[in-house]
Amino acid sequence: MCLAIPMKLKKIEGSKAIGEAGGLTKEIRVDFIDTPAPGDYVMVHAGFAIQKMTEAEALENIALMEEIEHAL
Amino acid sequence: MLYESAFQKPRQAKALLKKLEALSLATGPIRLMEICGTHTMAIAQTGIKSLLPKNIELLSGPGCPVCVTPANVIDEVLRLSSDPHRIIASYGDLLRVPGSHRQDTLWHRKAMGAHILSVYSPMDALEAAKAHPEKEVLFLGVGFETTAPGTAACILEAARQGIRNFFVLSLLKQTPPALRALIEAPDFKVSGFLCPGHVAAVTGSRAFKFLPEDYALPAVISGFEAGDLLASVFKLTQMIADRQPALYNEYIRLVKDEGNPAAQAMIRQVFGPGDSVWRGLGSVAKSGLRIRSAYADFDGARRFGFAPKETEAIPGCRCAEIIRGVLSPWQCPLFKTTCTPKDPVGPCMVSSEGACAAAYKYSE
Repeated sequence: MCLAIPMKLKKIEGSKAIGEAGGLTKEIRVDFIDTPAPGDYVMVHAGFAIQKMTEAEALENIALMEEIEHAL
Repeated sequence: MLYESAFQKPRQAKALLKKLEALSLATGPIRLMEICGTHTMAIAQTGIKSLLPKNIELLSGPGCPVCVTPANVIDEVLRLSSDPHRIIASYGDLLRVPGSHRQDTLWHRKAMGAHILSVYSPMDALEAAKAHPEKEVLFLGVGFETTAPGTAACILEAARQGIRNFFVLSLLKQTPPALRALIEAPDFKVSGFLCPGHVAAVTGSRAFKFLPEDYALPAVISGFEAGDLLASVFKLTQMIADRQPALYNEYIRLVKDEGNPAAQAMIRQVFGPGDSVWRGLGSVAKSGLRIRSAYADFDGARRFGFAPKETEAIPGCRCAEIIRGVLSPWQCPLFKTTCTPKDPVGPCMVSSEGACAAAYKYSE
């Protein structure tokens, strides 16, 4: 039930969008995403995108994890 | 997804685990609790427990929304399913959960002719209502803050489209009040919390600040990949070793301090706080979400006279203690003997995110 999957937005139409993951597409809702745009990555849970993720944020998270790994 | 492999295959896992071993000698035995069904599964699937030092115990708390739904609520849902003019729409893993009587589940009722529909999203239930105007569709709204916004959006969509045969039974729960009830229970023995990353994506990391501030408990908001889990367990152990409880956000690519304001606004528009009964915790004040009177037309509890009755637990079932992390699946006398995924006694074994299902499937 609570399986959240990351998807890439392809087409947006109001509060609906087509999300793509692993070669498969699905209609999802983007009611809670501020200015969704094609190419954006979102985390989808039970048919709704709950948050957007940017490349910068992903890189920041990787950097954070590396910081933890190198902690004394 | 963006840089997925970086999160799924942590490069420095060996070095991290070595440091973790050293830290765990400083802390002594510690118990870290997660309170999210997806974390239960992610931990089981990545096999992380087998890598951790002996002093670090990872346990499951009340994080599976299906598991914390009380047996008498399931009984009431089963009663409602018998009306031929009604379609019960539910997330898949609720279908096989027994109430107070073993083998009596929505799945069983479906086989006996009840109209039960398995759905991925509440929007699917709304579509079913549109496709069957002659029937009443009751969507079983279980879940926490991650699911609440979508359920709210669905009710608003039904209102917008003027759908008159769609109803939601709000069984939604809020995480922080249950955490407080858990911590304040006399048998609480947990050293720190792994906080649910997707709940936090909605509520904001600030929703978990009360853990270090009110209870001096370290908490880490964690993602769900192996890399996230390892880093989060490491940070928690470090805080315990340093005796510096704080809230740490590991899942920064998705979780912001303020969370998702649009999602929070939608929850507030449609739902108000109400008391809610949790399996294992009993009644927890203001821990549930109730449909506001403005949307009474979509309130399934109101429409169908939802009134759970007093019942007794199935003898031997330890789900209540397992949900609170007081017992592990292996300590339940029914685990793997009487209670198996094929013939479950309680929800912990049935739900795809239950602690017992995870233990059984991934054989700790």
